[in-house]
Amino acid sequence: MIPYIEKKFPLEFSLELFRRANFCRLFELKVKEAYERKFISIPIYLSIGTEYNAAALSLALQEVRIFAQHRCHSIYLCFGGEPEALRDELLGLPSGCSGGMSGSNAIQGRSIKMFGHSGLMGEQVPIAVGAAMASGKPCLTICGDASVEEDYIYPSLGWAATKKLPVLFICEDNDLSILTKVEVRRSWSPVQVALSMGIPAIDITDNPWLLAYHARKMAENLPGFINVRSVRVLWHAGPGTDGPPEWDRYELTRQTLLEMGLHREIELMNDENRQRVEQLWIDVFRRAR
Amino acid sequence: MNGLTVADTIKAITRDHLLRDGGILLGQCVSAVGWIGGTVPDCEGIVEIPMTDVAGPAFAVGAALMGRRPIFVVRYQGFMWYDCSSIVNYAAKSKQVWGVPVPIFIRAIAMEGNGIGHTASSSMHSVFMHSPGLPVVAPMTPDEYCAAWKWFMEHDDPLYVSEHRRSFVLRSEMKDIVSDHSEITIIAISAGRLNAIEALDTLRDRGIEADLFHLLWIKPFDPSDMILKSLTSTGLGLVIDSDFEIAGASRSIAYELMHKARVPIFALGLEDRVCGVAPELENITPSTKRIFETVQKLVQDKRAGTIKAF
Repeated sequence: MIPYIEKKFPLEFSLELFRRANFCRLFELKVKEAYERKFISIPIYLSIGTEYNAAALSLALQEVRIFAQHRCHSIYLCFGGEPEALRDELLGLPSGCSGGMSGSNAIQGRSIKMFGHSGLMGEQVPIAVGAAMASGKPCLTICGDASVEEDYIYPSLGWAATKKLPVLFICEDNDLSILTKVEVRRSWSPVQVALSMGIPAIDITDNPWLLAYHARKMAENLPGFINVRSVRVLWHAGPGTDGPPEWDRYELTRQTLLEMGLHREIELMNDENRQRVEQLWIDVFRRAR
Repeated sequence: MNGLTVADTIKAITRDHLLRDGGILLGQCVSAVGWIGGTVPDCEGIVEIPMTDVAGPAFAVGAALMGRRPIFVVRYQGFMWYDCSSIVNYAAKSKQVWGVPVPIFIRAIAMEGNGIGHTASSSMHSVFMHSPGLPVVAPMTPDEYCAAWKWFMEHDDPLYVSEHRRSFVLRSEMKDIVSDHSEITIIAISAGRLNAIEALDTLRDRGIEADLFHLLWIKPFDPSDMILKSLTSTGLGLVIDSDFEIAGASRSIAYELMHKARVPIFALGLEDRVCGVAPELENITPSTKRIFETVQKLVQDKRAGTIKAF
């Protein structure tokens, strides 16, 4: 923990952090509504609760190739993916970012160098490592606390360490494999595994300034591994909830921004984002009426 | 290819790709002992990956996404059970799902006999035929290998190359054999081709003439007019393969041909039993003897009228 870490960043950074996360939250709420009203019929993996992880990474890292897995709507949006193409993908339209072929859990964005995911959990990690090896260019790969247990991960970390490959490994750790807690599944920590291989690694909360700080620092000398303790607010798949989240990063961050005296700015951003998201979805809901 | 063996041909193609085209070759222990039967050149671009048959193909996928057109070497085709996940689920699907091609030249090398046992041995191309987006080829001669490579470089698909160690020493091309007096049409795949050639001599000695066609492309399978003409003429066919017969390439191709030629066509591949280590327990590419006996029985049945054209 770094006390008052938000103060180490310029206000513009904090406002942009909010703008991106806020847009994701509003977009995802619209997806949720569209699903509940049956305009979307495919399985959806909403990133509500982890928007700030995506926002922080997108601000901390430049020119990275992105290899994520399901629950990556916010990653796509924060790194600059077109929201129209994501919306259309979820609606199964030819204008979707994968022409309706991949759906919610395998989002790609060619213009932002975000590669699709096949659905095999953790597979994106060795693909990122292979891409880094072959191109020499920095790669970001994001998995979860469950997929980090997959057979793909250990050799990927090992090879990245051996070859000093430019890969930033992020484990978005919500302590759940669908509903099974980490303590039931394993006694080891991926951070310790990465450290044992010589990869700088850290276990942090989802404070976005903290994540941005470590991501930037690690990006200077990759590989690196960050385990980010996060909360998934809704179900693994679908719009339901099993009760209030253990903590609400979205609200906590809003409180911090208010304490920083940014009340007016974030209200304005929220209004702008809300209008933009309404516009994005207006035809979908209008057609349905 | 100038009298080179298949192994030398592979080595020359690989060297050009690595040094001239910016390609790379990934595999386990590729630069050790025999350099994969003398098929791997000693040059820049060879990437030794760790012993990870699960993540290894995904490394190759990443390299292909970055435009390096990797050659991915799997020393024992039987290990493709391990290696298949990212080949089938990513490399083969990516172009259709995301419009992003993943061209990987997958060298899946079959080896059999000599006590290699139940896991490492045999060809596995039939399993990969099931996968959409993954063409399958089984070259056995230098020119066929060059043709497979040319196809790979002219397309943006991954290519499953079912190699067989018995081909590595071969220098000659294999010509189709067609006769006006043939009573059966044989279509042979991979190492089955070598045994079929030998079986033809024995069959001829026993008064049985057979047409023999060598198959390079398993998927897509597009039978030549010559094959269909031969089948129509002989009224009887047999597809021989070095992979398992049940749900395998031999039966699949026999099925397709049967519909096209409207004559009975049978399949002969590995038996439905596990390959043992002891010589008498092995289950390998149908032997010359097994091919001879199968063809002889089919022709006798045809002569006796128990097998009839549709």
